[in-house]
Amino acid sequence: MRLNESIIISAPPRRVWDYLADPSNYLHFMSGVTRWEVAGGPRSGLGARYRMLLRVGSAEVGGLIEIIEWKEERDMAWSSVLGVDQRGRWRLRELPDGRTRVEFRYAYGVAGSGIPGWVAERFAAPQLKGHLRRTLQQLKRQVEHEQLRADAAARERERAATSR
Amino acid sequence: MADERTIFERARDNGGGAADGGLGARLGPLGDIGRVSGSLARATADFARAGRRLAGALAETGQDATAGASARIARELRDRLSADLDDRDPDHLREQLPLLWLISSFWFRGEVRNLGNIPEEGPVLMVGNHSGGNLTPDTFVFTLAFSTYFGVERPFNQLAHNLVMASPYARLLRSGGTVAASHENSRQALESGAALLVYPGGDWEVHRPTWERNRVDFAGRKGFIRLALDANVPIVPIVSIGGQETALFLSRGAWLAQLLRLDRYLRLKVLPISVALPWILNIGDFLGHFPLPAKITVEVLEPIDVRRQFGDDPDLDEVYEYVTRVMQETLDTLAAERRLPVIG
Repeated sequence: MRLNESIIISAPPRRVWDYLADPSNYLHFMSGVTRWEVAGGPRSGLGARYRMLLRVGSAEVGGLIEIIEWKEERDMAWSSVLGVDQRGRWRLRELPDGRTRVEFRYAYGVAGSGIPGWVAERFAAPQLKGHLRRTLQQLKRQVEHEQLRADAAARERERAATSR
Repeated sequence: MADERTIFERARDNGGGAADGGLGARLGPLGDIGRVSGSLARATADFARAGRRLAGALAETGQDATAGASARIARELRDRLSADLDDRDPDHLREQLPLLWLISSFWFRGEVRNLGNIPEEGPVLMVGNHSGGNLTPDTFVFTLAFSTYFGVERPFNQLAHNLVMASPYARLLRSGGTVAASHENSRQALESGAALLVYPGGDWEVHRPTWERNRVDFAGRKGFIRLALDANVPIVPIVSIGGQETALFLSRGAWLAQLLRLDRYLRLKVLPISVALPWILNIGDFLGHFPLPAKITVEVLEPIDVRRQFGDDPDLDEVYEYVTRVMQETLDTLAAERRLPVIG
């Protein structure tokens, strides 16, 4: 089953990408995530692996995931290596006014689980959709906060330069 | 050459026959029927042997077709009763996770805390209190949580009575890592690096009256400590609450078993009495029951390194006292959090 949520962030794609590329940020903005650890290999980029867990219902579900697509400032996708089947994708697109549209796609399931799997996917969907929505809201808050700080720092530097 | 003995015979030879009070009984089974079912297990074994004898007799009289059918039945029964570590099937378990998740999340509203206290890798002996009669929701909820947290790839075994392995759910249980309760299986599981879940209280604890639901009662069984020492693995206590609210458990029925001479003739030490769906008055709980949707909360405590904490030659009584005390304290805390029975 595939879920899809999007949001517009008042920051350029570069800033959003830098935030998403750093695995240490994920516990701060990913709703429901209880673990996001580097699991050997590169810390980020294509081939990076993470052990992640996401609380859904009565269980923490997840496993080992690997980054399988890495197009700077545009697309980052991961797929499960161990654990439940899952694929995730960050899709960043710059808007004409310089802001960024961020799309979060998440597909999940357990192959071969039959009717119970089909039912479980649908029962889990509302909770996961909530996680996706809150994740994007928290991402927006974090990135825009950083953007404001960066803008303020730039203004401060400019003021200091003109007053000299 | 394959071992032609029944699983009951092998377990009895290993000293693990639950009704014999062997280690298997002391460790307590998963979803166990424990001593209650010991005699039934032997009866089933006798049936298997009778099937083989019948097959032999019929073959001798030239009725080959009938003999073949009887032999097949005996073989099928024997196969169903057997269980070993190799029966665990991570792929099959993985395919069952959605069903477990549905029941655990929406019926029992399961909540498992502090799974991070379990060592990330290596063998570990997890010791739990046991509730819920012959259907044990705490095991159900914990198995799901363990399998999703550490992944189905991590070896994870649970001990169960032989009769449980003969139940209609045996295939699911075996694929999930449930093995017959015996000293040999316990040792093998830990030596192979698996996480092993045992319930020392077994049938005695699982059939306690509902008004004793917030009490850890291992009935003085200390086999798990010796097992941890022999295998040199840490003990991780697992405390759960809510299972004894899935029915109204009235009595273990030890007096009834005595009155009916079941303890003497069938070696049944308990004959539990409960009010449960769909039977209303449920005596024996042999067929299980439909559990009420009680909220199940499980808390994993910090590992106990017995030798480091109690020395190289620890006093088993002292260790037993310590383990049950920390578990009881946690259970008291969990009980204080609950506002209403069943609802949680």
